Amino acid sequence: MDLAVVVLLQVIAAVASLVLISIGLAVIFGMMRVINLAHGEFIMLGAYAVIYATRWGVNLWVAMLVVAPIVVGLIGVVVERTVIRFLYGRMIDTMLATWGLSLLLIGAATMIFGNVTAGVSAPLGGVTIGEYQTSLYELVIVAIVTAVVLALMAVLRFTQAGLIARATMQNPAMAASLGIDTSKVYAVTFGAGAALSGLAGALISPLSGVVPTMGVAYVAKAFITVISGGAAIITGTLSASTLLGSLNTLATFVATPVIGEVTLLFAAIVLLRILPQGITGKFFRRAL
Amino acid sequence: MTRRASMAASLVGFGVSVAAIFLLPSVLELFTLINATIYVSMAILALSLALIWGYGGILCFGQAAFFGLGGYTYAVAAINFGDSTWAVVLAMVVPALFAALLGYFMFWGRIGDVYLGVITLTMTLIFFKLFNATAGDAYKIGKAALGGFNGIPSTPPLNLPWDVGSPLAPEDIWYIAASLLVLLYFGSRWLLRTSFGRVVVSIRENERRSELLGYDVRRYKLGIFTIGGAMAGISGILFANCVFVSPTMFSLFYSAQVIIWVTVGGIGTLLGPIIGAIALQMIVAKLGTLEVIDPNVVLGSILLLFVLLVPKGLLPLMQSGFDRLRRPKAPVPVEPAIRPTATPAARRPEPVSAPVGSAPATNTLGGS
Amino acid sequence: MSSMLERRKVLKAAVAGAATAATGPWFIKDLYAADEIKIAGIHDASGGLDLLGRPMIDVLTMAVEEANAAGGLLGKQIKLINYDAQSNIQYYTQYATQAATKDKVAVVHAGITSASREAIRPVLKRFNTLYFYNTLYEGGVCDRNCFCTGSTPAQTVEKLIPYAMKKFNGKKIYVLAADYNYGQITSKWVKKYTQDDGGSIVAIDFFPLDVTDFGPTIKKIQAAKPDIIMSVLVGGSHISFYRQWAASGMKKQIPMASTTFGLGNEHVVVSPEEGNGILASYAYFHEVASPANTEFIKRYQKRFGDKAAPLTEVAAMTWHGFQLWAQGVKKAGTVDRMKVIEALEGGMSYEGPAGKSTIDSATHHDILDVYIGEAENKKFKLLQSFSQQKPADTAAVCDLKKNPNDNQQYIIDVKV
Repeated sequence: MDLAVVVLLQVIAAVASLVLISIGLAVIFGMMRVINLAHGEFIMLGAYAVIYATRWGVNLWVAMLVVAPIVVGLIGVVVERTVIRFLYGRMIDTMLATWGLSLLLIGAATMIFGNVTAGVSAPLGGVTIGEYQTSLYELVIVAIVTAVVLALMAVLRFTQAGLIARATMQNPAMAASLGIDTSKVYAVTFGAGAALSGLAGALISPLSGVVPTMGVAYVAKAFITVISGGAAIITGTLSASTLLGSLNTLATFVATPVIGEVTLLFAAIVLLRILPQGITGKFFRRAL
Repeated sequence: MTRRASMAASLVGFGVSVAAIFLLPSVLELFTLINATIYVSMAILALSLALIWGYGGILCFGQAAFFGLGGYTYAVAAINFGDSTWAVVLAMVVPALFAALLGYFMFWGRIGDVYLGVITLTMTLIFFKLFNATAGDAYKIGKAALGGFNGIPSTPPLNLPWDVGSPLAPEDIWYIAASLLVLLYFGSRWLLRTSFGRVVVSIRENERRSELLGYDVRRYKLGIFTIGGAMAGISGILFANCVFVSPTMFSLFYSAQVIIWVTVGGIGTLLGPIIGAIALQMIVAKLGTLEVIDPNVVLGSILLLFVLLVPKGLLPLMQSGFDRLRRPKAPVPVEPAIRPTATPAARRPEPVSAPVGSAPATNTLGGS
Repeated sequence: MSSMLERRKVLKAAVAGAATAATGPWFIKDLYAADEIKIAGIHDASGGLDLLGRPMIDVLTMAVEEANAAGGLLGKQIKLINYDAQSNIQYYTQYATQAATKDKVAVVHAGITSASREAIRPVLKRFNTLYFYNTLYEGGVCDRNCFCTGSTPAQTVEKLIPYAMKKFNGKKIYVLAADYNYGQITSKWVKKYTQDDGGSIVAIDFFPLDVTDFGPTIKKIQAAKPDIIMSVLVGGSHISFYRQWAASGMKKQIPMASTTFGLGNEHVVVSPEEGNGILASYAYFHEVASPANTEFIKRYQKRFGDKAAPLTEVAAMTWHGFQLWAQGVKKAGTVDRMKVIEALEGGMSYEGPAGKSTIDSATHHDILDVYIGEAENKKFKLLQSFSQQKPADTAAVCDLKKNPNDNQQYIIDVKV
């Protein structure tokens, strides 16, 4: 019984971490039809922001929840103004350009931070569930991810900014002719997506080693999750994460971590074959 | 360029390359020659993507999967047979078969555009993970242990056909690799002139229209995809002979590099990607030993600048510059007969004529 | 043109594996002509294995500098060429080829992972360049061109397992191992020694080197309820395990021993709460309290600063490896490969920071002093030492005196 609870918790944690690493990419893809392959490097920069902020004496939680998203969000705005805005409507070109950006950032990080493994210790310690112990930090991540998703939904649905963003997403020409500065909307959206990726990197940093190349491990997974989810930002990411994350964790339990990863990837391929537009291309079409 | 001039240019090109193949071994040090062989094998990989993506309009993020499969098939077969002759044949057949299978899966499912990219990328990652996890004793194919993360360091070199006692020296492998590159380049040009090749290009230009004209688009796509897979397999064999096979052959690094070479060299050309592959590898190798700047910074900047400033790539840029010099006024096609003036549909859904940054031109995926 | 023909002939012979004396004249010519002796080091200064590679490079650099300051070798200065393989196996092959065919070095000190060694070894054998591998590993390499100066499981794991079982008063062991040949083979030795000592293995889990999420594994371990965890994890990503293990609170419940913890200074990277109490066994610890070691560390810190990473077995054995090679060259009076090998095979030994290393001529491995230590506040507390341990594992399968042309890594058939 305890085992079942613990496995369930592990599944939830895995789904949350998949949502966490994908949501930034999903916002940028869903709103702007831009596939940002430098997403992994935004995560990496978020992690480094935490490492350096804590070294300079900033409280770990402040570094993770405030410093990292702001720093990476600003970097995102700069990237949008200097690169992405020239490439709207050219999806493949944005992929290539952001891929170049990704290599550039890895190289630059290697030169600046050094190609050594850095890290911070996970805060909080463990909690006991019956005979089992699990990391409290994992549960906190689940809570934070839930809060982020709810906040994102609320912003898109109930605020003026969300309305403008959705309008621009659905019909940019119409939005522009109604007096909305679409270029500003894009810059802000890209910045918000980047900030979310920065947050992801920050929250991951205590759990894994921080190196300039760490983003590579996440970008493919995030990319696959977002595309499998389809066009709806939140519903798509949630549904794809739930499906892929559960399969991954269960397969890891039954077999090995490698089989877990392979199951995830294979499921994504089969899913895309059956639903070529992703999950929300077929179901929950009107969802956010 | 007239047909005749282009013919003459090809002849000159052919002569120069043959001369280079035979002269280089006497000029270069052994170490440099081995590296040159690696560059050439990678140029074949670039050529394979140039066909699939540049002419077939199929954005394949997983060319490394066929490359790695070729290498592994060659190594495993050569160790088991003791003789490399059938190993070479198998190492072309297996990636081609796999490409055919994957192609069937994708094209008959009407998967296009980015989704296609994701599936091929995912396939490559699966290979990478699986081959990395084969370190245990259980993972043996015949006499060949797959070796997991290690790969197969003692990959046997090519030998003369059916003559195990005559393994080839690095110089011989250079001759083979370089001749193959020339052969495959001219072979690809020929292929694109056949009616098959013309239909493939027409599908890239407008899939719907080609279909309405009665062509079974899926078959043509499958055909070009399979050919590209076999070519990537050949590249894998040569690479296995210069380095050795390991799971890194399936890594994102190789998939990414090929795309960069093709983009920089010029998408929709055959020669461009070859030049791109060789030039960029030389630059990166040079920078790697200088230790001044991280090679990733250079590679990344190059890709970024090319997408932003020279989206057509180096070769078309040079050609149009050249043509403008010769005939200042008349607008001429950039490429010979089969090369279209427009860039591939897969890459550019709509010409961007609106003011930059105004609005995304398309709002649906794969809707071009 | 003639030189090319000769080179072609030579290479063909080399590829066929028949090249021994015939290759001499062509490249040794250059070697004698130079008034300096070139040697190469290929290690990972960057990438996931940098934690291990950097100290090795530093120590090798220092060894060459000191030798040069003392007048060099055979009256010539030594020139060290350091290559950074960037934790990428392909670069090992490439740089080994470059060192052998372009730089034409007298010896190559190289390799960290077993994977990198198996990438280099055939290349250097093919191009007749002497090879020193200075890392502890799983044992079994049998190649007259190669000297392995690090410890092997028969020297360390054999001592560590009974010690851990006694200290932690438990018999059920759960093994976590890196998924490549080192982890695969070492975990077999762990199993053998555990069973020899009356214990049992609950499970062995393998992890690719890039795995960072150990969450499900930690739950699996809890379900299996072992008495002891044995970690054979390698590299920067796997450090996450020690972090996540401590974060889950399990560290207080199940004790841990490791064949690798501390080797890449893991005990310095993780916090004391995460590292304290983990047992390890090596042929060298930074904390070895001998005059030779104290003196050595003083020089090392003077050269690289007080903050230089603590030294571990891989660094110390790189030092021992270089000194053994230099002694071999002095005895042979030349850097000629075969003559140096013959000189080293005459029971060459060196006493240095790690104690006494003697080359076992039958296996080309070292007879070493071995220590068991416990991590304590980012340092190791030495608990016990064992003098002059023989490489019994490799000796069981390899006899280069009888079969000098042997060239392979035996996968030792561990009876379990």
